[in-house]
Amino acid sequence: MSTRITLAKGLNMGLRKAMEDDPKVLVMGEDVGKLGGVFRITDGLQKDFGEDRVIDSPLAESGIVGTAVGMALRGYRPVVEIQFDGFVYPAYDQIVCQVAKMTYRSKGRSPMPMVIRIPFGGGIGAVEHHSESPEAQFAHTPGLKVVACSNPVDGYWMIQQAIASDDPVIFLEPKRQYHADKAELDESVTPDPLFSSRIVRAGTDATVLAYGPTVKTALKAAEAAAGDGVSLEVIDLRTLSPLDMGPVYDSVRRTGRAVVTHEAHVNLGMGAEISARITEECFYSLEAPVLRVGGFDTPYPASRIEEDFLPDLDRVLDAVDRSLDF
Amino acid sequence: MEPSLSHHGFGPDLAEVFGPSQMAGSPSGALGLVQLLTPEGERVHHAEFDRDFGAEELRGFYRDMVLTRRIDTEATALQRHGELGIWAQLLGQEAAQIGAGRALRPQDYVFPTYREHGVAYCRGVDPLNLLGLFRGVDHGAWNPKDNNFGLYTIVIGAQALHATGYAMGMQRDGVVGTGDPDRDAAVVAHFGDGASSQGDVNEAFIFAASYNAPVVFFCQNNQWAISEPIERQSRIPLYQRALGFGFPGVRVDGNDVLATYAVTQAALQRARDGQGPTLVEAYTYRMGAHTTTDDPTRYRLSDDLEHWKLKDPIARLEAYLRRNGLVDDDFVAELKVEADELGHHLREGCKALPDPQPLSMFDHVYTEETEEIAAQREGYARYLESFEGSRS
Repeated sequence: MSTRITLAKGLNMGLRKAMEDDPKVLVMGEDVGKLGGVFRITDGLQKDFGEDRVIDSPLAESGIVGTAVGMALRGYRPVVEIQFDGFVYPAYDQIVCQVAKMTYRSKGRSPMPMVIRIPFGGGIGAVEHHSESPEAQFAHTPGLKVVACSNPVDGYWMIQQAIASDDPVIFLEPKRQYHADKAELDESVTPDPLFSSRIVRAGTDATVLAYGPTVKTALKAAEAAAGDGVSLEVIDLRTLSPLDMGPVYDSVRRTGRAVVTHEAHVNLGMGAEISARITEECFYSLEAPVLRVGGFDTPYPASRIEEDFLPDLDRVLDAVDRSLDF
Repeated sequence: MEPSLSHHGFGPDLAEVFGPSQMAGSPSGALGLVQLLTPEGERVHHAEFDRDFGAEELRGFYRDMVLTRRIDTEATALQRHGELGIWAQLLGQEAAQIGAGRALRPQDYVFPTYREHGVAYCRGVDPLNLLGLFRGVDHGAWNPKDNNFGLYTIVIGAQALHATGYAMGMQRDGVVGTGDPDRDAAVVAHFGDGASSQGDVNEAFIFAASYNAPVVFFCQNNQWAISEPIERQSRIPLYQRALGFGFPGVRVDGNDVLATYAVTQAALQRARDGQGPTLVEAYTYRMGAHTTTDDPTRYRLSDDLEHWKLKDPIARLEAYLRRNGLVDDDFVAELKVEADELGHHLREGCKALPDPQPLSMFDHVYTEETEEIAAQREGYARYLESFEGSRS
């Protein structure tokens, strides 16, 4: 059976399935109950699973994550929603000092099977703190796993896989895509493993690496480049910690060129790490330095100029041109 | 049938539970210090929290406090001898910790700070296991599930939220308010006066109140957060803060093991019964330094210390026991032998704690090792092997 779904629907269906499959799965966050979340990702879950399993929390992010630590220690699998990327920082201490380190501190006796869902990225015309991309802060923290979905089908599968993981997962959802495109979901297929990257468009001239919201940008760029006779391979990284670099190395060894794109600031962003790894592993295959296309190293700007801050099709193609011209 | 989690009431009238004089905000509340044993070792009575203690029980408290103090003095000495990098002393807080620790039932759960050596002892954690963290050989050697005693938490106040979440889990497990004394359970969150300023502690109060979670917030107000006196943290007695969060607060003489036991037991029972959280402020004094790296002579008067020495928790119970013929010299001598054996166990055990192998740093970063960590482990192993007489 297949249905056409949005990313929001895919995540909602995935959460519902995970809750049906395991009574220990709890959902907690601000407005996740009656309202169904400000983006409606948890729509209808409280009605069907009750207030004990879909918990409207007080308005305190550290409290949400800190109590989720306690629930995980008691044997539950909490899935917490941080309402917007820019509001995760009050919970940063709990995430970095407690969630990430509990398994290590306890010699594996007290794992943290927790998912922290964060709508991330910009492009929705929001006020300050609602459009950020904090993934590098978490990918830099040992003990956390960090993934980013980019499309409705992955949303459905990846949220279930993240919930099933015994390690804590920072689960990044490109908010701009929530209600944008629909895709065909076939629930009978076996999904790719959670911590794997995937070639989403095959090509031969250069490799474009993307995740979350920039996957769509990269695919559009590849489409446009094809019109000019340039063949781009696009890889959806999907997992940011651990990184699944095998398919990336294979691709770059074939194309000899790589461009990494993300909405986060370029300085010390994921692109820096990815670029370093490609250079270490594929040095003799490279025809050009690995280039990065990301948000500038400014705070996220006022929304009327956010499209200038965000990497778009043209900036990706500009980088591809620079790589090809090198 | 467990009480509904969406229940937002606070159970019976709080004054009914704790009596008007102990209620935060009540006219006499500011003065209300629950005490059952004076510093001179006189047994006094209290309208709400009095109870009878048997001779065995009293001797047990005495023994627990003596052995706890021995753990502390031995560990302090081990630090002075270079066997521990640092030690967080509990000197003076024995009654607060034994009172709180002995009030627990096996099914209750404890979230400690890094100073709860007496509570750990009550839970049956081998005191030797406490030393690894301070020696630098691990981050916590005991299995929390063995004794329902969590690992020491070093970030101040973070564990108050874990305790609250754990208590919320208990609610969902149906082990609150069933009326079965072997089933109903509660959580104790330990923290100090300094932590009362932390956002996490205040958020824990809010979550616990909102969900009526079975958690006892046990604050040992030892008057000092390293060098900062309690006045820097709070303009009102800490227990009075509870009222603003919507649950009862009680101040108990934290150097009185009987009163601490009685108050904690009442608060735990209230939590197990599904009546929600309580803040217990155990009013005590940090007789030692914050840790062995600290120098309290830089910031407090020796007069204060002398004043609090007169309120020593062990001396007052010993005075009471001797005056009433409940202990004799033989008992004290036998206890000394037991304490000496404990000291020997700690000294010899500590020195024998092996340094971890370098490659063990890669263990348990995740429940299943990632390829990235495995590659770093292998790379470092090869690097170590490249040296003669390698350590790996």
